[in-house]
Amino acid sequence: MTQYVMRRLLQAIPLLLLISFTVFMLMQLIPGGPMAAYENNPNISAEDLERLREELGLNVPKHIQYINWLSAVLRGDWGTSQITRRPALVEIAEKLPNTIYLSMVSFIIALVISIPIGIISAVRQYSWFDHVMTTFAFIGHSLPVFWMGLIFIIVFHATLKNPFTGGPLLPGGGMYTLGSVPTLGDRLRHLIMPASVLAIYSLTTHIRYMRAGMLDVLHQDYIRTARAKGLRERTMIIRHAVKNAILPLVTIIGLEIPVLLSGTLITETIFSWPGMGRLFFNSIERGDYAVMMGVLMLSATLVIIFGLLTDIVYAALDPRIRFE
Amino acid sequence: MTQAQLSAQHLSADWASQMRPQESLTAKAWRRFRKHKLALAGLVVLTVLILACILVPWITRYDPLKTNVDLIREPPSLAHIFGTDELGRDLFVRLCHGGRVSILIGVATMLVSIFLGTTIGAIAGFYGRRVDNVLMRFTDFVLSIPQLFLLLLFAQLLRTTNNPTLSGGPLPIIVIIGLLSWPGAARLVRGQFLSIKAKEFVEAARMSGCTNGRIMLRHILPNAISPIVVAATLRVGQAIITESTLSFLGFGVQPPTPTWGNMLKNAQAQMTYAPWTAIFPGLAIVVTVLALNYIGDGLRDALDPHHVE
Repeated sequence: MTQYVMRRLLQAIPLLLLISFTVFMLMQLIPGGPMAAYENNPNISAEDLERLREELGLNVPKHIQYINWLSAVLRGDWGTSQITRRPALVEIAEKLPNTIYLSMVSFIIALVISIPIGIISAVRQYSWFDHVMTTFAFIGHSLPVFWMGLIFIIVFHATLKNPFTGGPLLPGGGMYTLGSVPTLGDRLRHLIMPASVLAIYSLTTHIRYMRAGMLDVLHQDYIRTARAKGLRERTMIIRHAVKNAILPLVTIIGLEIPVLLSGTLITETIFSWPGMGRLFFNSIERGDYAVMMGVLMLSATLVIIFGLLTDIVYAALDPRIRFE
Repeated sequence: MTQAQLSAQHLSADWASQMRPQESLTAKAWRRFRKHKLALAGLVVLTVLILACILVPWITRYDPLKTNVDLIREPPSLAHIFGTDELGRDLFVRLCHGGRVSILIGVATMLVSIFLGTTIGAIAGFYGRRVDNVLMRFTDFVLSIPQLFLLLLFAQLLRTTNNPTLSGGPLPIIVIIGLLSWPGAARLVRGQFLSIKAKEFVEAARMSGCTNGRIMLRHILPNAISPIVVAATLRVGQAIITESTLSFLGFGVQPPTPTWGNMLKNAQAQMTYAPWTAIFPGLAIVVTVLALNYIGDGLRDALDPHHVE
């Protein structure tokens, strides 16, 4: 087990290096580069530009620049944000918890809803409940996330009113009301819309996997055995079927991390949620290289780590799989 | 009755029960496809939508680009069934013209993505070992950065080149989405090739002197085509969503060319007082993608060789 984990971790290192090198080189292709902000400033003379170039280490070949960047990153120096003039690592570290908070909440909502729906859908295959839920999953799968966000704002922010205050039912964006001490209620009210949008986004896939996994298990021999020895249907489903049917869902959750990260980018941008996705979006619009690079590397690392975790959890849950 | 007559009668009765009248594979698939009512409905809806997009200049007299200050943000009415936008342009006409671009981008992106995915997957699955390992690690590599992040990076790269053919038009969007969305198809095709190449008929083809290229194209690919067709159908819908997301975020096709995505870009600012500008373009996307997803589902049933009737 330990050996397997170590080997997978070692395999992840070259992959991360390759990703960082490619992304670094791609960023070099964007015209202007880190100097763009200064080159357009008439108050900065040619000599100053040259001096800045030297200071930023831009006068050496690209591959040397990459090595310099890499060694700085490994030492914890992720560069400086060109917008806020603060270290990029601090910028990202400030926003990351907000993204984790939002995605964890929506993730839990999605699981709590999708697992029972998937089970009932499979057990009562082709019933009206199954048809309604399968249709719902199909529609959810065809919805662009950003449009779902817009519709939520139109309905719950612009149209529906709070019966007590007469204001909008739910706030249209942000994590809490600015300029006030955020109370728990205020935070929750801000969380409802973005978390629901993200939850619905992953829900639809989860329902389909849970249903498929359950249908698969229900046709297995050991279920027939359980039924034959006179177990109650309910006990059989909960004790025997669900345990195994949940396995495919575990894999899909791990593999979905990149999709979820893309989803948070959209949701955070629409609901002005101060997270990593919105930070990335803003940094790319303003050409803030250090932050862009940092977020990309961090998300690639997250994707790889979660891929690894999924494999480990999967093997731990399914005794049929053995580590080589 | 002689013995021969008897057995002949017996045989023909047996045949009659076993054999249907001669039916081509396409006819068989179509017969099964029609059984999937929602897929059939999807096909009808999609056809109507595409016809509306093509025929729009002959249906109405409104110009999709001409602005009109007297008609700013008119709510839906008989004259403008979907209302007008912030520049007084008819939303229905713009939706149809936007649909042309969006559907075109969807189909073209699917072609790029399926072509790349099939080629890479086929080579990996067919040659196996070293080649497979390298290609699949490359696939992992493409998949390890969240797609939208990479798309935005590429889009920004193209946008800052200030080259009119590279920035703002549909072509660069098709290329970048296509370049980043092939891994799914590659894994699918690789799996197909891995299992089919072990079959006897491939061995027979090899023994009769077929080249590797011929075996892949003429013997394995036709047998792997069903799941590829299904994946291609679903990919069109996914590409339409991706394009709309990019354009909504301001990194896709630039105005005045309408697409369903960039029509929604301004919608967020005005949706509180002109919600129709946000609702209709989004509905167009949802209806199209939903239709495509149901068609894909129907095709899956129709083309499945193990399907029991």
